[in-house]
Amino acid sequence: MSLKIDQDHNRFRAIVRGRIRQNLKKYISHGELIGRKGKDVVSIPIPQIDIPRFRFGEKQTGGTGQGDGEPGDPLGGQEQEGDGTGKAGKDAGDHVLEVDVTLEELASILGEELALPDIENRGKSKIISAKDRFTGIRRVGPESLRHFKRTYREALKRMVASGTFNPDRPVVIPMPDDKRYRSWKTQSEPVANAVIIYMMDVSGSMGDEQKEIVRIESFWIDAWLQSQYKGLETRYIIHDATAREVDRDTFFRTRESGGTMISSAYKLCNQIVSDHYPVDEWNIYPFHFSDGDNWSMDDTMVCVELLKKELLPRSNMFAYGQVESPYGSGQFIKDLRNHLGEDDRLVVSEIHDRDGIMGSIKDFLGKGK
Amino acid sequence: MSEFALKTELPKYLRDQQQSIEKIARDFGLDPFPTVFEILTYDQMNELAAYGGFPTRYPHWRFGMEYEQLAKSYEYGLSKIYEMVINNTPAYAYLLEGNSVTDQKLVMAHVFAHVDFFKNNYAFRATDLDAGGRILDPIRTQQPYEPNRRWIDKMANHGARIRRHIERYGISRVEDFIDNCLSLDNLIDPWQRFTGEPEAAREGEDEEAIEVPRLRAKPYMESFINPAEYLEEQRKKIEQQREKRKRFPENSQRDVLLFLLENAPLEPWEHDVLAILREEALYFVPQMQTKIMNEGWATYWHSRMMTEKVLGADEIIDYADNASGVLATSKGRLNPYKLGVELYRHIEDRWNKGQFGKDWEECNDYEVKRHWDMRLGLGASKILEVRRLYHDVTFIDEFLTPEFCIEHKLFTYAWSTRNGRFEIDSREFLAIKEKLLTQLTNFGNPFIYVEDANHKNRGELLLRHDHQGVDLRHDYAQEALRALFRAWKRPVCIATLSDGRAVHIRFDGKDHSTEDNV
Repeated sequence: MSLKIDQDHNRFRAIVRGRIRQNLKKYISHGELIGRKGKDVVSIPIPQIDIPRFRFGEKQTGGTGQGDGEPGDPLGGQEQEGDGTGKAGKDAGDHVLEVDVTLEELASILGEELALPDIENRGKSKIISAKDRFTGIRRVGPESLRHFKRTYREALKRMVASGTFNPDRPVVIPMPDDKRYRSWKTQSEPVANAVIIYMMDVSGSMGDEQKEIVRIESFWIDAWLQSQYKGLETRYIIHDATAREVDRDTFFRTRESGGTMISSAYKLCNQIVSDHYPVDEWNIYPFHFSDGDNWSMDDTMVCVELLKKELLPRSNMFAYGQVESPYGSGQFIKDLRNHLGEDDRLVVSEIHDRDGIMGSIKDFLGKGK
Repeated sequence: MSEFALKTELPKYLRDQQQSIEKIARDFGLDPFPTVFEILTYDQMNELAAYGGFPTRYPHWRFGMEYEQLAKSYEYGLSKIYEMVINNTPAYAYLLEGNSVTDQKLVMAHVFAHVDFFKNNYAFRATDLDAGGRILDPIRTQQPYEPNRRWIDKMANHGARIRRHIERYGISRVEDFIDNCLSLDNLIDPWQRFTGEPEAAREGEDEEAIEVPRLRAKPYMESFINPAEYLEEQRKKIEQQREKRKRFPENSQRDVLLFLLENAPLEPWEHDVLAILREEALYFVPQMQTKIMNEGWATYWHSRMMTEKVLGADEIIDYADNASGVLATSKGRLNPYKLGVELYRHIEDRWNKGQFGKDWEECNDYEVKRHWDMRLGLGASKILEVRRLYHDVTFIDEFLTPEFCIEHKLFTYAWSTRNGRFEIDSREFLAIKEKLLTQLTNFGNPFIYVEDANHKNRGELLLRHDHQGVDLRHDYAQEALRALFRAWKRPVCIATLSDGRAVHIRFDGKDHSTEDNV
């Protein structure tokens, strides 16, 4: 086999990492491998470079399909382009299979793609749970735990030793003494618990696109942290000028109008942590998303104080993601950087559009905290 | 080159299967090229697929990108490539190691039908080579027809040539230029091979004074028989024609790459690289022109060969399981394999029953049409003829019938801005046909021509986008113009419509601009 794909592959990786050919950087995008998790279709991020050509702008020109339904009925499945474009015919038959991907697999794919480090537990593992593991073999036990292979091996040993084994007619019959059973030991394991507290600005300036970005991003954050912690809880807080705790569904649907007081959310978050999540038992991850508009500088200073005194010392990491919107001034991230820039428990990230999601996840989770 | 490109010969039990399946294919009337089968591990398969099926290509990062995608989607269990087949003489086909024997037999039957299609479909004659490896003009092909398509060798030569340029000029420079060429490689004329070479340059004609030919008339009748307005009109027409002759190119030219090769101030190595990329782009054209037909043909025959001759009783479930996966229409999308194979079956059935010709077309009685059976039995020979003479556009245009659309529940869908989702739009026959043909025409690429190589009398290059309802993607158009500038080395622009306004998108080497075209 004398193929040279390694060379081309290395060169592609070097371009993606930005080591060479900087002029191609703007064409790099992520996504496109479609997997499936339960009912959700997820796309697995892999880098791609799209060579610009003269082509049509509108994607949503429709196409032809096959199946039941009346005009006006929605088309199943995800938005995809019609089969019109595409580099047909390069190879005659690559059949795409849709497979179920478990959340764990997804997380490991994500971790591998973004080169995320495993999270260092910061020693909050006081809860102990007991677990049974099969570790050995013994001579007595219930039939349901009989070790088939070991039992026959014993029988064979006995027959060979006693000279009753006939190689031309190799029939092995175990006797009660030959029976072997699995045995177990009880082990105690420390369990690390974690809670994610999502906070989102739902004031008028956060549009549907901004919320969709938050939704996608939180899906991946959940996936990753779940792969790192066995018991993961999530709480949701929405805020405009006041804050309240809601369920997941409401979190992504609510749209309020009116002003923004970020401190209201931070106060509520602090309250939830104090009431339910003692710091020495829980790993705490507050994530806050907004478009960066706060009501006043005074309120921002309240936030900074709250972070400094209460939230940062209690959290493994406090993450702030600023989603770009046409209405937001984006001032808040600058204030945070000014006042708390040197504190490495605070991670801030700006998300310009959907393509920015992966970069921002890497910002948040790349430090391994 | 040895007989086996990768020295991975089939084991004996598969070789036996290959021989028996080839015999079955020939007995059914298929006429494939000699075909060499090789068996590959999934990793080799992914590598080869990344190179478009050719073991040796020129070095380029995008093959590495393809490889990464294929390798990842295989490792994550999302997809795997069952088979690959290369239009070459002899044809090469690759099987995936570890597939069940039933799958391998299915793939072989599938492959022989593809190879038969490569050899016999007219569109593929555009990939015939002469003894020196140049692309032949298919119209002048001699009888008896024994094509030479040694593209594996040709692509390997291309690789060697580009490697030589890289050694001399450095990888960055050459790769950068290749990227430029790739930005333009959809600007070729897919039918150029069938329209003959472009006309040779006209010999210089003398500029004569314009004289409009007059009808003979008596002097007092002159103003009636040769009215002054008419003469003036004719004079203008001739003037315009002369004006046009001064223009360059004289007529709009579809093959922008060829135009650049012949006229752009390229360095010799750049010329060579562009020529190579154009030839490789042309090689893949017939496969795009016949995607539905080619896949349909292979599916039609593997299904007949497998179920009628090849399969044992113990294999039929495995076969059916795999075949149903191939033909599944997922979530309302049209599957080209399925559309193709059903259309062939539809045609076969119609010609067996004599459901064609004037009487059939003019019959309006649904009941009569439903039971129409003249027992002609012409189906088998008709589909062989169709596979020879049609390509996707003519195939759909001629053989898609209202009955077929109803039977197979075809519909068109469109984006609903109101509901923010794709919705079923129509089940009207004409709407379906139009949508399908639009998708297939020019493979979803815009029509773009070289209009004027001396635009504004300043040696600028003007392209024209033949706007058929959909705008160009603006940022991509700008980048493509940048690539064009790299070859033409003078300002370039393209005339198109943007939101209904006629505009020129322009790149002058430094800046992009968009101005109204008045």
